[in-house]
Amino acid sequence: MIQIAIFLVIGLALVGFAVGRGRATAFSVGRTAAAVRPHSRPNHHGAHVLLWTLVPALLLLLLSSALVPPLVNDAVLSSLPAAQRPQNPMDRAALLDEVRSIAAGESSGGFIAASNSLVPAYKVASAKFNGIATGLILLVAVIGGLFGFSRVRPDFRARTKVERLTMTVLLLASLIAILTTIGIVGSLLFESMRFFSMVSPLSFLFGTHWSPQASTGAAVDVTAFGAIPLFWGTVFIGAIIAMLVAIPFGLMSAIYLTQYADPRVRTWLKPTLELLAGVPTVVYGYFAALTIAPPLRDFAVSIGISSASSESALAAGLVMGVMIIPFVSSMADDSIAAVPQAMRDGSLAMGATPSETIKRVLVPAALPGIVGGVLLAVSRAIGETMIVVMAAGLAANLTLNPFASVTTVTTQIVQLMTGDTEFDSPKTLAAFALGLVLFLVTLALNIIALRVVKKYREAYD
Amino acid sequence: MTEPTTMKRQPTDWKSPDMVQRIKRRYAAERRFKAMGMVAILISVAFLAFLLISMASNGARGFMRTDVRLPIDFPASTLMVDPASFKGSSDDVDQLLAGLDFEGPVAAAAEQAYGAEGGALLADSAWLIVRDAIKADPTLLTRKAELWVPASSDVDIAYKGEGEKPMRDRVAAMKQAGQVTSGFNLGFLTGADATDPTIVGIWGAFKGSLLTMIVTLLFAFPVGVFSAIYLEEYAPRNRWTDLIEVSINNLAAVPSIIFGLLGLAVFLGLFPTLRSAPIIGGMTLALMTMPVIVIAGRNAIKAVPPSIRDAALGIGASPVQVVFHHVLPLALPGILTGTIIGMARALGETAPLLMVGMRAFISAPPASFTEPATVLPVQIFLWSDEVSRGFVEKTSAAIIVLLVFLLAMNGLAIYLRNRFETRW
Repeated sequence: MIQIAIFLVIGLALVGFAVGRGRATAFSVGRTAAAVRPHSRPNHHGAHVLLWTLVPALLLLLLSSALVPPLVNDAVLSSLPAAQRPQNPMDRAALLDEVRSIAAGESSGGFIAASNSLVPAYKVASAKFNGIATGLILLVAVIGGLFGFSRVRPDFRARTKVERLTMTVLLLASLIAILTTIGIVGSLLFESMRFFSMVSPLSFLFGTHWSPQASTGAAVDVTAFGAIPLFWGTVFIGAIIAMLVAIPFGLMSAIYLTQYADPRVRTWLKPTLELLAGVPTVVYGYFAALTIAPPLRDFAVSIGISSASSESALAAGLVMGVMIIPFVSSMADDSIAAVPQAMRDGSLAMGATPSETIKRVLVPAALPGIVGGVLLAVSRAIGETMIVVMAAGLAANLTLNPFASVTTVTTQIVQLMTGDTEFDSPKTLAAFALGLVLFLVTLALNIIALRVVKKYREAYD
Repeated sequence: MTEPTTMKRQPTDWKSPDMVQRIKRRYAAERRFKAMGMVAILISVAFLAFLLISMASNGARGFMRTDVRLPIDFPASTLMVDPASFKGSSDDVDQLLAGLDFEGPVAAAAEQAYGAEGGALLADSAWLIVRDAIKADPTLLTRKAELWVPASSDVDIAYKGEGEKPMRDRVAAMKQAGQVTSGFNLGFLTGADATDPTIVGIWGAFKGSLLTMIVTLLFAFPVGVFSAIYLEEYAPRNRWTDLIEVSINNLAAVPSIIFGLLGLAVFLGLFPTLRSAPIIGGMTLALMTMPVIVIAGRNAIKAVPPSIRDAALGIGASPVQVVFHHVLPLALPGILTGTIIGMARALGETAPLLMVGMRAFISAPPASFTEPATVLPVQIFLWSDEVSRGFVEKTSAAIIVLLVFLLAMNGLAIYLRNRFETRW
């Protein structure tokens, strides 16, 4: 019934648009010089009528979708004799759920004895309240439309009204970004506070023992939430191993592409390189776990590292580094390109070879931009999830051995969240605390990186 | 060089052995440096090629299925059913078939045809094929018939020339006798997830991805374009708009898993019954994609020259008309390019969807936005976790499907940019 109301309201609104537009068009037909010059174009008058039909009716629809179900539920419950009414709200909800699904034809019979007998009452009540709601919505649409239509006059400023609404919608859309930020910070902070009321922040941030799986049910082992091994694993994979791959390869690729490569080669190589960034991370993860990790482990065993794991920090870090190459490369590319041509020309004119110019002039001049790019790359690497989930393992080791298995913040978030999630256990809440740390660190890295880049730009512009 | 040489400076003798040597060294360093750059980029490209080739060679086999010929003598089997009872509506037939035991007779037939271990040659789901065949043609029950049923993973792998030697020999012998065959696995493109790797399909996850992407686009595109317009064209410079701008730039750099935590805490907190539903996954991804669209949209709008705005204003257009009639159409190719790139990123995203529960085992394609679903990347992740060997090539095949779509989307973005973007 509600769907029909929506279609009818939209239909009415379209009719309103056509009628309002038609009437407004008539203003300018055979207009004498003495008559009032219409302020707005016919389309604006039409849109004004359309909005008056649509907006109040849709607001009412929203209101009714919140109000009707409780009213129906009350009516259904009051049709039961008082003695049979379930007292407990949980039982009541279960009963009403069952009645609804039987009435909708989704299930043929209920488990609760009373539910079958309540179906007719539910159907009657639902038809009654939905009928009233639909009638009201249509009435509001018609009244709104008539009101809008009554204002279609040559001197009416329909355009101003319509445009004011347009601007409001635009403003609201841009506020969603703020709302999202508030949502992220709010939900992370709120859940983390609950976590920190059970586990002290100090033992979380500085503890070296991580085994949240040990605390089951009510027995919370507060010493098992020391996140240092996680932080170390994250830094080890994302900021050390991955950067050891990404910085040299990314920087040298950027230098070759901007300074040496033939323009025709460049137009092909650059997009190809950027394809590396377009491959989904789950594919990298699969590749790391299946193709890279086993040979690495065999190699480690052959050089005598018996503790080598098939889920090694090295496999995850190497593949993550490759994924980051195009990122570092394009940041380095931009900052090298921003170095003034005069500096390059000066160096070449003094007799330096191109490579000496690059090493002694261009790279030092572009260094702040490159450093900013690397910081952004690090922030991306430590927030990366799927590669480490699939290739880095779950053991929280505090080790320097790249062939050993380490775990990261993101891996543990996934691990803690994809079991049976009870929202008040410290296990799940720990994921939010880890998320908060991750959010703050990436935010700080980004702010620092942008500062560094900005400062450098001011120096040359 | 210890004493000062300022008094009598000789011109450099470029022909002296020292200098010739030095220039040689410098040029060698130059060549080395250039070669290092080339090697760096070639290694990166080679890695990409290696990744794609290894996925393609593994995955190509995932699209193939090996079938075994299974002769069944239905009248002699333990399948106690009268073909005449196959009347009435299809519901009745389904109910009748559901009450029958097919696994026993199929295993018996396999043992009769291929010896004591015959049952192990067939996929666990082979009886489903037999059931469907009987449903399609009940007269089969009155005679001996030969059906092609899916082979087990071991046979499948042996047919493709891998696995253990005894099985390879066995399969080679069967191939000679025309008892096994291999063909394109249409079921992989039309089926959904299953526990048996021989009958899994990608359509269920693909449809989940499609529904999720529709939700993402419907939320992220209007909001993204509207905020880009507002910020670029109308926003006054004050603390509020600065705050909006800072939030958008930061959101673009927030790790995707954080959006997953947000979706879990907020969306699932508000609608707990919609766990695993495409609408929740789509909204989570929309929050992630929106900043990308805003940033691309602002750049595209910024690129429209001010003279266009001035001209429109000059002939009496209102500020809203200027934007919607003139600026937006000219900026649209750029906005669409950014949108497609953002959507491609969302299509490949896994972590936030794991957070909102889209990792459930879904054996039927989702029919609506509110039904539990999974998406392609999550399906790949789930299959990669499976122990059974048959899933390895299915995972690679699913990756090929995903990569083909991402490539197509990126190709479309590049095409749009080259075809419609105007340089002013």
